[in-house]
Amino acid sequence: MDNTKRYERLLERYRNGDMDRRNFLGLIGAAGAAYGLQTPFARYANAQTVQQVRFDGWGGVVSEAFRKHAFDPYTAATGINVVDGTFSGGDEYLAQVRSSQEGEFNIAHLSGVFDYARYVNFGLTVELNTDNIPNMAMVMDALTDAYRRVTPDYLSAVPYNYGTTGLAYNRKYISDEEMKEKGASILIDEAYKDKIGGWSDWRTRIWYGALQTDQDPNNITDMDAVWDAIRSHRDLALKYWGSGAELMSLLAEEEIYVTEGWSGRIAALQEQGHDIGYYDPPNGFGWQECLFVIKGSPVEACEELLNFMLAPETSIAVAEGQNYPPALDGTKVDLGTKIPTLPAYDPTGTLDALTFADPAYWNGNEAEWSETFSRVQRGF
Amino acid sequence: MSIERREARQPWILLSPALGAVALLLFVPLLFIVVYSFWLRSATGADTTGFHLDNWIKALSDPFYRYILLNTLKIAAITTVLCALLGYPAAYFIARSKGNKMILLLLLMLPFWISYIIRTMSWINILGASGAVNTGLMALGVISEPLQMLYNEAAVILGLVHFLLPFMVLNVYVSLEGIDTNLEDAATSLGATRWQSFLQVTLPLSLPGLAAGGLLCFVLGAGTYITPLVLGGPRDAMFANLVFEAIITQLNWPLGSALSLLLLMVLGVLVAIYNRYLGMAQLAKGLG
Repeated sequence: MDNTKRYERLLERYRNGDMDRRNFLGLIGAAGAAYGLQTPFARYANAQTVQQVRFDGWGGVVSEAFRKHAFDPYTAATGINVVDGTFSGGDEYLAQVRSSQEGEFNIAHLSGVFDYARYVNFGLTVELNTDNIPNMAMVMDALTDAYRRVTPDYLSAVPYNYGTTGLAYNRKYISDEEMKEKGASILIDEAYKDKIGGWSDWRTRIWYGALQTDQDPNNITDMDAVWDAIRSHRDLALKYWGSGAELMSLLAEEEIYVTEGWSGRIAALQEQGHDIGYYDPPNGFGWQECLFVIKGSPVEACEELLNFMLAPETSIAVAEGQNYPPALDGTKVDLGTKIPTLPAYDPTGTLDALTFADPAYWNGNEAEWSETFSRVQRGF
Repeated sequence: MSIERREARQPWILLSPALGAVALLLFVPLLFIVVYSFWLRSATGADTTGFHLDNWIKALSDPFYRYILLNTLKIAAITTVLCALLGYPAAYFIARSKGNKMILLLLLMLPFWISYIIRTMSWINILGASGAVNTGLMALGVISEPLQMLYNEAAVILGLVHFLLPFMVLNVYVSLEGIDTNLEDAATSLGATRWQSFLQVTLPLSLPGLAAGGLLCFVLGAGTYITPLVLGGPRDAMFANLVFEAIITQLNWPLGSALSLLLLMVLGVLVAIYNRYLGMAQLAKGLG
């Protein structure tokens, strides 16, 4: 129950004659005193709920699109400022959130359902009232269902966009036919030694290790074979990249010819005129991003902001800026001309063609696999 | 209160803001890290409080951590030696130059005006496949394919030398500036060659500065994590990278705390050894 509801219930009891004026004023005063005394920091959190909402995302064109199409109109409509922060990675951001005061961080543009599940595990969720977010009606059910499987009784986030981590390759050196024939195994092809790259993320390395050993990434039965595939890739790779900018630089400068890559980043390279191909192998890594409301946030203000962010004009502008399809269902909303051409776009609105990570499976193995990958990466 | 007692208290009163800041910003956080290192990470990722030695046993007995720690010390040692070899002549040249000393010192400080990360990344534009060196050599017809110079241990050491060299030069320079040049003249007047006077007079007298620069380079080099991240290959990592991964990627703050304290202790032992034989006063002089 938020403070507004608590106040309204007291007021209702007073108006109904269930409480005399002395008790009503006494309880209001006691609530104020208790709130003011509970912690000196609470005052600032309360000031933030009234005056501002903090959003953290990936920055760049996405941030600019949010500012223009969602934050500024939201501020004009509500008088609440949106403080816009950025982070370079979800892991780093979660570490910041964990070490912060409640209410310091409000809405985050998070990756993957496993990220959603991690925030649930840490007790960082809120309960959104989706009735306050009418634009949710245009979102693909397949994306929302993925979060509902983690928290069946409520949602703490709204889906926002999706994409894939597929195979990116320089067409000057690797043909489309060769890529389709070799698939994920091209990343452990000795012919391209020292011209292979890879993301330093343990999930992606294991996912592709599973593909290279003909296993289901969501049900790996021979983990030793996967580690061996990761070791082979490690020995052939020139560099593990750690950011989208580094991925684009390595491919554009021809330091590497082939790597896994994020569909949006590869589309951006193609827009810049680089002859980089993109191929999603069977069981390629699909993922979705969400706008997550963090515990301690002013929920109603956040719900209203989420509605602005999900509005078609905002979603489409952000999608065109970052080259990832929006969560809006193409069968319900006209997504314009560019979005249907983006890699990973699903015109059916079902996302049946994409394989997503099973959050329970991956988060259940996270502690062991992330640590083992750290060792394997360094030659162990 | 007697005048003596009041005078005895005055330094502590003057020092109290600084001591308070050090206590609050250094010792209290350190205490948190010490406490964290005895906690455990649970299956859901949340931490289990209590007193558990598991992280310490793992950090001290696991050959993986030992290997990375030794490799870190090796890289830091090689970097320090290279900084000494490159930095001493530069410091000597500045100390003995006449007239333009301030300009040379300003040039030495110039890299500090640019972010360390930007300076590290600049090597990609110099040594990369499309970088200045490869482009130049290919234009001259010396090579037909770009040389692979980046993303290996040598590139990491190069980046660290680039970062740490000014610290070495400054320390040696301060030491050389304090040497009376009449001593060298006296040595040559007694029959020593210039080389002999350098080896037997100047070098021994400047050794404290060299040692202070070496300590700074070693400690800063051993604690870095950006350089291997930017210029290293898949296998290249230093101990600070493992701390980063434990805390940020694996969200295992207790293990990350134990690892960071282990690195702190190893480097602390080196500083203690330095202090025992050379004293910290020389280091303060070099930094000043």
